[in-house]
Amino acid sequence: MEAEVKDQLVSIEKPELIAPPDWEPVIMGILCNWCSYAGSDLTGTSRIQYPPNIRIIRVPCSSRVDPWFLIKSLQTTADGVLVSGCHPGDCHYISGNYYARRRFLVTKKLLNFVGFHENRIQFSWVSAAEGPKFAKVVIKVTDDIKKLGPLHLYKKENFEKK
Amino acid sequence: MARVGVFVCFCGANIAEYLDVPQVVEEVKRIREVKYAVDYKYMCSDPGQGLIRDAIVQHKLTSIVVAACSPRMHEKTFRKALSDAGMNPYLLEVANIREHSSWVHQKNKKAATDKAMDLCRMAVAKSIANEQLHEISVPVTKRALVIGGGIAGIQAALDIADARIPVVLVEKSPSIGGKMAQLDETFPTLDCSQCILTPKMVDVASHPYIELIPYAEVIELQGFVGNYKAKIKKKASYVNFKTCTGCGACWQKCPVKVANEYNLGLDKRKAIYTPFPQAVPNKPVIDAEHCTMLLKGKCGICAKVCQPGAIDYQMQDEVIEREIGAVVVATGYDMWDPTPYEEYGVGRFKDIITSLEFERMVSANGPTNGVPLRPSDGKVPKNVVFIKCIGSRDEAKGIEYCSKICCMYTTKHTILLHHKVHDSHAYVFYMDIRAAGKGYEEFVKKAQTDTAATYLRGRVSKIYKKGDKLMVRGEDAQIGQVVEVEADLVVLATAVSAPKDNPDLARLLGISYDKYGYLSEAHPKLRPVETAKAGIFLAGCTQAPKDIPETVSQASACAAKVCGLFAGDTMKKDPMVSTINIEYCSGCLNCINVCPYTAIVTDEVPIGHGSKELRTVAYINEGVCQGCGSCVAICRSMAINLAGFTDPQIINEIVSI
Repeated sequence: MEAEVKDQLVSIEKPELIAPPDWEPVIMGILCNWCSYAGSDLTGTSRIQYPPNIRIIRVPCSSRVDPWFLIKSLQTTADGVLVSGCHPGDCHYISGNYYARRRFLVTKKLLNFVGFHENRIQFSWVSAAEGPKFAKVVIKVTDDIKKLGPLHLYKKENFEKK
Repeated sequence: MARVGVFVCFCGANIAEYLDVPQVVEEVKRIREVKYAVDYKYMCSDPGQGLIRDAIVQHKLTSIVVAACSPRMHEKTFRKALSDAGMNPYLLEVANIREHSSWVHQKNKKAATDKAMDLCRMAVAKSIANEQLHEISVPVTKRALVIGGGIAGIQAALDIADARIPVVLVEKSPSIGGKMAQLDETFPTLDCSQCILTPKMVDVASHPYIELIPYAEVIELQGFVGNYKAKIKKKASYVNFKTCTGCGACWQKCPVKVANEYNLGLDKRKAIYTPFPQAVPNKPVIDAEHCTMLLKGKCGICAKVCQPGAIDYQMQDEVIEREIGAVVVATGYDMWDPTPYEEYGVGRFKDIITSLEFERMVSANGPTNGVPLRPSDGKVPKNVVFIKCIGSRDEAKGIEYCSKICCMYTTKHTILLHHKVHDSHAYVFYMDIRAAGKGYEEFVKKAQTDTAATYLRGRVSKIYKKGDKLMVRGEDAQIGQVVEVEADLVVLATAVSAPKDNPDLARLLGISYDKYGYLSEAHPKLRPVETAKAGIFLAGCTQAPKDIPETVSQASACAAKVCGLFAGDTMKKDPMVSTINIEYCSGCLNCINVCPYTAIVTDEVPIGHGSKELRTVAYINEGVCQGCGSCVAICRSMAINLAGFTDPQIINEIVSI
């Protein structure tokens, strides 16, 4: 029954039909300071190129990420959110990323339920040594969200700006 | 209203080549709160920092945004520039337009410029919500607690105490010395273990800065770095150490005989005993589990023969408290129990012994006075088979890791056997010979030549009895054949395993341990002696298997860390920690469950102003908090906030683009 409801709600999203041709998504990337942010820095120092759609916010640990941040991002500015933390077992704060993982699963389910496509909210593990992996993750997330189309159709200025 | 200054860096060509810096400056100038924006070639250079310092004064700026490289690179530099200009350094935000924009979008100047603008907007928005923060100053109790009195604990205690810092050394057993006191000789120099250890043990006992608490355990640790409070349980020894002279009359007359732990049960000790003759302190304790006076109220011989009257059967366990600033954990290791090797007949055949039992036998003060003897009939063995990697590198029966010391101690054992029984012959079944260390490979080569021991590369599949001999069947992989060796004695080089009470200790101290039970260091390479909890350090095998030189090095490293911690009267701590507004706290205490550092405890406050009724709220100890922010996200009533990463700051960032 749950699946049924989900499918119905997800089917609300068919925005690719109305997306303007020069539209570029905005992706909010919330990265933990010790692994993923350091990994994204490494992507930069190794000059690995990735799509310019992501805007990065630094937090100390993925467990700092309140579901509110994801909801607020989708509600106001972003077409998708990427949260990235240390690999399981590698958390700088011992166990923070486990809490993040659980909290994230629940949030994703909730956002899914209210009609957001599951690819709009993504989670990944990127260590400080994984510069190339960070680029891959960003490329994948950007692709996914491009396929889904703009989230803020109702926001006029979103298009005027571009 | 906030007055923000934005400083955009060219970083030479690193930023300027791939995005339009002047355009970014023009764009940020359009933000209402931005009162000053400028670009410069190298912001981190002295003139660049001067630009920031002058602008702060000239334009009365209330927060600063530097758009340059990653904050992980130069945040500290720019914070210093702020404080030099008399501004709170935490009013700085860094927009990372190099690693996150110019370097990763080199082929798309417009997109990179747009992104840099957005990153600047986000940083400006965040900086508006920045608050003045001040480094936390924590007073330090300059006393160290060392848990475990083996060579690691002894070395750490001596090194710390030599720096004139008081040390409390807690040892579980009646004497310090640990495993090293059980060894006969040490590789690769073959110097006598007792000869190099016992002087250090005496130093510990006589050092004016060391308080030695033997026969005791740490049962509670509260507080945070620099300000711990430890509860130590002194087990009842039933002997008054102050009056006891250590004459030995009591244990000579005691009628109860018990298996001797020091000699691994190969001989007997009395119910009142010192673990070994060179024990420090050299005072006996009564084994309450076996003393008939304590069990049945009959006997009392020791009290009768004790001239100073030191025996006290009424003695109770005593809990004492010590205030300390740092902890060194040096609980050592256990020898792995080889029982799972059923095909070897462990437990069924008496003439299969472990390496530590062999060590006790060849030791001059051991149960057999230095001659290895077959436990079954007391005869001197001629053919001795040593089997390495018992438990080590065996995922099926034992543990995955290499115990690191077995190759070397088995080599040493072949030499000791050769010394003690001249006409003996040693066979060594091995997987690899791992002899990395100063003088180790030479030691192995020399031993192989001197003892003419037969080295067989391969695993043993079975041991069975033939007459009074043991037949060891194994593979010699180098000739690709099954071989059988007739042995008088089989010595199993058992693995090093973590002390079985390490998980309990780790929970008690609030530190983490790995899947084997070894205590976890903060970083495997760069912080190998620290734990994730500030002020708790690891020395010796409690962290991972290691030999004596490595253990001693790590113990001295711990001492250096402790001395560094105690160098000032107070410690400075990053102010980016969680704070709680108890007005909002509903007392659900979810934050306590998620805090990995036990930094949050309960507190009782009046339910209203002047009220006598109390309600439970959470209290965050800023000295312990490391600033992960788990508690902030879990807090339902939004009572907690993380300084530097508050909800308003992050939400500002999100909505600003």
